[in-house]
Amino acid sequence: MLLFLFRRTALAVLVALTVLTFAFVLTRLAGDLAIVIAGPEARAEDVEAIRRAYGLDRPVVIQFFDWAWRAATGDFGESFFFRERVSTLIRQRLPVTLTLGVVGIGIALVVAIPLGILAALHENTWIDRAVGLVAMVGQALPSFWLALLLMLFFGLQLGWLPISGTGSWEHYVMPGIVLSFSAIPALMRLTRAGMIDAMSSDYIRTARAKGLSRSSIVLKHALRNAAMPVVSISAVQLGFMLGGSIVIETVFALHGIGFLAWESISKNDFPTVQAVVLLFAVIYIVLTLIADVANAVLDPRLRAS
Amino acid sequence: MSAARGTALLQVRNLRISFGSLAAVRGADLTIYRGETHCVVGESGCGKSVTALAVMGLLARNAVREADRLVFDGQDLLRLSESQLSRLRGDRMAMIFQEPMTSLNPAYTVGSQMAEVYRRHRGGSRAEALDRAEDLLAKCRVTSPRLRLGQYPHQLSGGLRQRVMIAMALMCDPELLVADEPTTALDVTVQAQILRLLMDLQRDLGLALMLITHDLGVVARMAHRVSVMYAGEVVESAPAEHLFGNPTHPYTRGLLACVPVPGKVRRDQPLGAIPGVVPRIGPRFEGCAFRDRCGQARPDCARTVAWQANGEHGYRCVLPPDWTGPASLAA
Repeated sequence: MLLFLFRRTALAVLVALTVLTFAFVLTRLAGDLAIVIAGPEARAEDVEAIRRAYGLDRPVVIQFFDWAWRAATGDFGESFFFRERVSTLIRQRLPVTLTLGVVGIGIALVVAIPLGILAALHENTWIDRAVGLVAMVGQALPSFWLALLLMLFFGLQLGWLPISGTGSWEHYVMPGIVLSFSAIPALMRLTRAGMIDAMSSDYIRTARAKGLSRSSIVLKHALRNAAMPVVSISAVQLGFMLGGSIVIETVFALHGIGFLAWESISKNDFPTVQAVVLLFAVIYIVLTLIADVANAVLDPRLRAS
Repeated sequence: MSAARGTALLQVRNLRISFGSLAAVRGADLTIYRGETHCVVGESGCGKSVTALAVMGLLARNAVREADRLVFDGQDLLRLSESQLSRLRGDRMAMIFQEPMTSLNPAYTVGSQMAEVYRRHRGGSRAEALDRAEDLLAKCRVTSPRLRLGQYPHQLSGGLRQRVMIAMALMCDPELLVADEPTTALDVTVQAQILRLLMDLQRDLGLALMLITHDLGVVARMAHRVSVMYAGEVVESAPAEHLFGNPTHPYTRGLLACVPVPGKVRRDQPLGAIPGVVPRIGPRFEGCAFRDRCGQARPDCARTVAWQANGEHGYRCVLPPDWTGPASLAA
């Protein structure tokens, strides 16, 4: 298990370094950054001055190592647009996005796993079809529309929940629900498929032959084996939620990383873009690592070899 | 053993199992006595495994089970709820399967899977259950049993996994052990060891062993009593020595003719074979299912054939017990 952990972590670090390189190269491919920063009306001297000021006159390799070293220590320079340290921007906004993502995936798992189990245990009955229908509707609903409906009903009609901002935990309830809707169908279907598979397996027949209780058969023996793909996909879905919550962050006026990414891209704010790209990549890498470790905990066969 | 060898432990009367339009078992009768090995033999698809699963209440959900009588030690299994039945399973009646490679849960250690069944039915601490598991693994001739408790199924060979399955089945001292072709998936040398083990355990623990097999060699070595199944029916049932000494149903004779006996079969002679295959039988089928493959078939075979019994030896055929002639059509 220790060797497994070490190998997975080393692999994750390698991937992170690769992404670091790509994040750097991609922004350089966008053209001469000095011209972009200086703007369309700048004179040649201004561009030259900017090039020197930002160190863009140095060889690319030096620029890369300089940037990479700073990035590794958490220094992404200053944002052109916000006139603030990029690290400060991220520090302000990351908690919002992380909270939202964790609430979203939490709601999704709490809803999807029991529904998936229920559908699997009643395979091909009306219960199964009803659950499938709910999932399909969930997938088909545009998230901004669902967000507006929730705001109208719970926010304005009933006045139970705040409709915008990040002041308290209540602010995260509706965005979390909306965000979870995109993940529920996939997680539910995976749970259902995994459970159907597990319930028809030989070891479940053995568990029944041992006279174990229904809950032990379903939750201890079947779910443990059905959970692995669910864990992997949950990690991916959480990644999506953290990176792709722009619409929801906009609708609910939550200033998170998704919103920051959208702003910085549209404003050509390349230090921020670089940092955000790198941040998303690192989040994915960490999530994948967590999923791998969780799966190894669930399945002893993965720990060997 | 509370009751002596020779009293009935399990009685099955007119067991019928169907999957949609397929009648898998059509009125099977079976009596299993305490402390005896009862072999159920037949070709693939004759309903022997389904019968075993039906006894344990482990049939798939799409199966329909009916019977006139299904009694285990005086308890009517037909009237028990699923949760009452689960209190018997693994405790007083246990089962092992054909597929040792997949019958253990890959996610849990041998020890936790063995301890679980004991604690479910007998309670007690985990340590107590693990001690018992260790003893039983040793009894099942598993080397370094303490070490095995901490291992996962994927770390064990097929033969070892089947030993673990057997040991696990014995955790609560069952009176009935149902073994569904327990050696089919194993190497020949391992097969012999597992059969030897089952034979010794049956004798030492006074188990009633219901052994499902298609191997007549196994039957000859192990059985006290034999039931031959064909197309969902028991066609002949007798104490082993009677069945081998005086096989009566044409199908039983045909089966025995298929076994090559060293010294009796010449090398250049083809092995015996029963022509045709087991028919697929619908719910409205009448008469003897073997008649299309039988050399002795007569017009009245198409009507319901009565069970003829002579003491403990019974068979379902219109022929007299001392008939002579070819067992089946020449191939």
